[in-house]
Amino acid sequence: MTDNTVVNDFTLAVATVNGSGSASSNTILAKTIFRMGVPVAAKNLFPSNIAGLPTWYLVRVTEKGWKCASGRRDFTVAFNEATVEQDIRDVPPGGVLLVDEELFTADKVGRDDITVYCVPMAAIAKPFGPDPRLRKLLANMVYVGVVAELLGLDAEVLKQAVHDQFAGKEKVVKLNLDVVMAGVTHAREKLDKARCPFRVQRRNLTAGKMLIEGNAAAALGALMGGATFCAWYPITPSSSLCESFIELCKKHRVDKATGEARFAQVQAEDELASIGLVIGAGWAGARAFTSTAGPGISLMGELGGFAYYAEIPAVIVDVQRVGPSTGMPTRNQQSDVKSCYRLSHGDTEHVVLMPSGPEEIYEHTQLALDLAERLQTLVFVLTELDMGMNIWMSQPFKYPERPFDRGKVLDKEALKQVAEFARYKDVDGDGIPYRTVPGTHHPKAPYFTRGSGHTESAGYTEDEAEYKTVLDRIKKKIAGSVKLTPRPVIDGEGDIGLIHFGSTAFAVEEAREILGKQGLRTRSCRVRALPLHDEVADFVRSCRTVYVVEQNRDGQLADIVRLKALDAATKVRSILDYGGLPMPATPVVEALSVGQREPVHA
Amino acid sequence: MPETKTPVNRAGLSLDDYRGGKSTLCLGCGHDQITRWIIQATYESGVDPYNVAKTSGIGCSSKTPAYFVSKGWGINSCHGRMPSVATGASLANRNLVVIGVSGDGDTASIGMGQFVHAVRRNTDMVYIVENNGVYGLTKGQFSATSDKGAHVKSGEVNEYENIDLGQLALDLGCGFVARSFSGDGRQMVGLIRAAIAHRGFALIDAISPCVTFNNLADSTKGFAWLREHNLTLHELGFVPPYEAVTVDQPEGKAISVDMPDGSHILLHKLADAEHDPRSRKAAEAILAKDRADPGHVYTGLIYYRASTESPGLPDIMHLGEKSLASLNESELRPTREAFAALLAGYH
Repeated sequence: MTDNTVVNDFTLAVATVNGSGSASSNTILAKTIFRMGVPVAAKNLFPSNIAGLPTWYLVRVTEKGWKCASGRRDFTVAFNEATVEQDIRDVPPGGVLLVDEELFTADKVGRDDITVYCVPMAAIAKPFGPDPRLRKLLANMVYVGVVAELLGLDAEVLKQAVHDQFAGKEKVVKLNLDVVMAGVTHAREKLDKARCPFRVQRRNLTAGKMLIEGNAAAALGALMGGATFCAWYPITPSSSLCESFIELCKKHRVDKATGEARFAQVQAEDELASIGLVIGAGWAGARAFTSTAGPGISLMGELGGFAYYAEIPAVIVDVQRVGPSTGMPTRNQQSDVKSCYRLSHGDTEHVVLMPSGPEEIYEHTQLALDLAERLQTLVFVLTELDMGMNIWMSQPFKYPERPFDRGKVLDKEALKQVAEFARYKDVDGDGIPYRTVPGTHHPKAPYFTRGSGHTESAGYTEDEAEYKTVLDRIKKKIAGSVKLTPRPVIDGEGDIGLIHFGSTAFAVEEAREILGKQGLRTRSCRVRALPLHDEVADFVRSCRTVYVVEQNRDGQLADIVRLKALDAATKVRSILDYGGLPMPATPVVEALSVGQREPVHA
Repeated sequence: MPETKTPVNRAGLSLDDYRGGKSTLCLGCGHDQITRWIIQATYESGVDPYNVAKTSGIGCSSKTPAYFVSKGWGINSCHGRMPSVATGASLANRNLVVIGVSGDGDTASIGMGQFVHAVRRNTDMVYIVENNGVYGLTKGQFSATSDKGAHVKSGEVNEYENIDLGQLALDLGCGFVARSFSGDGRQMVGLIRAAIAHRGFALIDAISPCVTFNNLADSTKGFAWLREHNLTLHELGFVPPYEAVTVDQPEGKAISVDMPDGSHILLHKLADAEHDPRSRKAAEAILAKDRADPGHVYTGLIYYRASTESPGLPDIMHLGEKSLASLNESELRPTREAFAALLAGYH
């Protein structure tokens, strides 16, 4: 070790080919560091493909606990022939390159400003795997051993992580452990460890924390939030959400003695059907949800408007990806803000929850199920590929203490007490009507649901006044949702404001610290729901300039903010990062550094 | 005046208890006949009206759920999307009697994708297509079930092959495939009652003339032609579980189709047809004969397979009798201990 040693603050990048089995290796490395008490932020940059295209796995080792991407590749493991030259160029001066000897020999790298290690990965793996396919997989474990040794990872923690990765398959565990240890031995005997400036040292910063994907968090939220019905159509990056929910239900919602299920799920023929299934189930009284991505949202437009106008509870978790059209299905963006908020033709406005990180995704998914029934409407949970598919360090999730909010449902007993039941009438003055559930045995209970013009009593109408009465009440109802949705999180001082949401929050968090050190104090307003709360408009008014930071081209949230704070709309500018990679702090820092305080995109 | 007592069914309800709002369709519309048969069938079977879920899409046919069983819940959803909405409702509460009413445009065009998948999944529902070969509500365009060569008042001729929904359902493994005619009340009532008793997807492709746009003397979906060319497969009767089956026809002249709930469909064979709907081969043959000779149309129960052989979707899902809608926190949330164990997997 030298004076230049960097402890617990660098990014490990593994460049490989997708479908080559490197996911296990990378998870083992990330988990080992995490279990040594050092926070990690892991980002998998993968192609829309099953096998053969480049993929990078980035593990940011960060004692400070930053959750966004660093934008750097300090220690690169180059394992992919197709990208190796670019990967070599991407190592910053002072960095480390670990390259498979079969791809590149040290003398050909041509970088004297970095440390280069060449390791014959396949040769080391060879004695363990006679079958070439298996050997390829095992070569991934060789770099685990080499990296572990160079970074100084704890051998016992590493072994346990290998164990957990292949839990229940003892032979596989042993084989992989043997290969990992062969990598360790090679590094110890053949490599000059002192030339590696990066080290991981034990800390106590992850005790009690979890490492979890946002999609798994949403699935847990749906389970604890009492969702009994899930319909879905496979789409990247949301598929694992419903799949996780179904796995959880198989474990926790099936009577062991009778085999009776307390949930139902349908893999639909398309998103037109998955939202139809959810609406049908919600109408009949089940807590129902679907998850999808942008293309699915587009298909759900028509029925989304039906749920809005006919006032049927439904939840959509939108795990956003890059659009428009097919876009880049495995890349990150926040570009469905407007399409979700105003989904469908005619006048609509939907409640949209915007969580940041797994813990909020878990909480907001539960809340969405409550709000859908309380408000009798379609509720979105807007997440992103980065949050959905990557593992994040998170506080442990809380066991829900509140009962489900089933909203204003009149059962048989309640119907006996009321003079009349008019399905679409504002009885309480909050814009929220009462509903009944099909199968309620009372003469007042039944009503007719339609997407065509209807009266307060659910009758068909083409009468101007009757139509407007219902439509205006729905507007009032949705406006009132701000009493129930999570308020924005506002902090900081200064006259420059930063408005943001979702995964952008993590980039803004780090950027604010960097800017603070440069002497620029900023205020932050993390938006967590649409429609916007009045605080957001007040925030705009109280700042000299407000930058809405988001991951789309057009500043979608910025437009919504301008409409909310119309009198101060000219103060609202945008900082936009929409190339599809997980957002680092850099774009915010660069935009706000001295001399740069002009809009990046007006 | 002599005192008259309103007749009631086994549930103690009168026919009026199964009626709905006033129809706004054209006078003489076939759909209004079918509405009447649905009222009659649900009344005769003593269906609990509060458990009826009436589902539809968009079109003239899809308006009709407002015209029957007002004590049930109706959902008039979006064009072609009724199958998914009905499937969701049926799973949320498997005790609901889901009666879907659709049209040929709603099913065979915009809703084709959802229709075939509802059949494939065996959604537990009665699915009635009020099939008239035209788009009524948009004023007489041809639909995908319109016969090739058919023409409408304007003189326009349909150049395209027609989609046979019965054949399609049979191909997809549907366990209850019937074709009927809105004018044949006796057959329609029997079929609807049997379809309600069936657990799984029951298709009734009911030809239901459009008196305004497709009722010329030679319209294959018009009243005059159908009265002339409708070949009834059987005289069909439905016998609920609580009634004894009496076959008053000579041996071999009647078939009693036993349903898993103890009811029976009693089929008195008619002279010109020897059809046994329990045979898939026979069903194929009947539909092939129809295709080969456009000069007639067979109506009746074309194919039946008991739900014991192909369970309906709620059974595939292993759902209990208690509806998903009514489950509470303790039934749905894992315990604190189970939750803690779950989270431990993420450390």
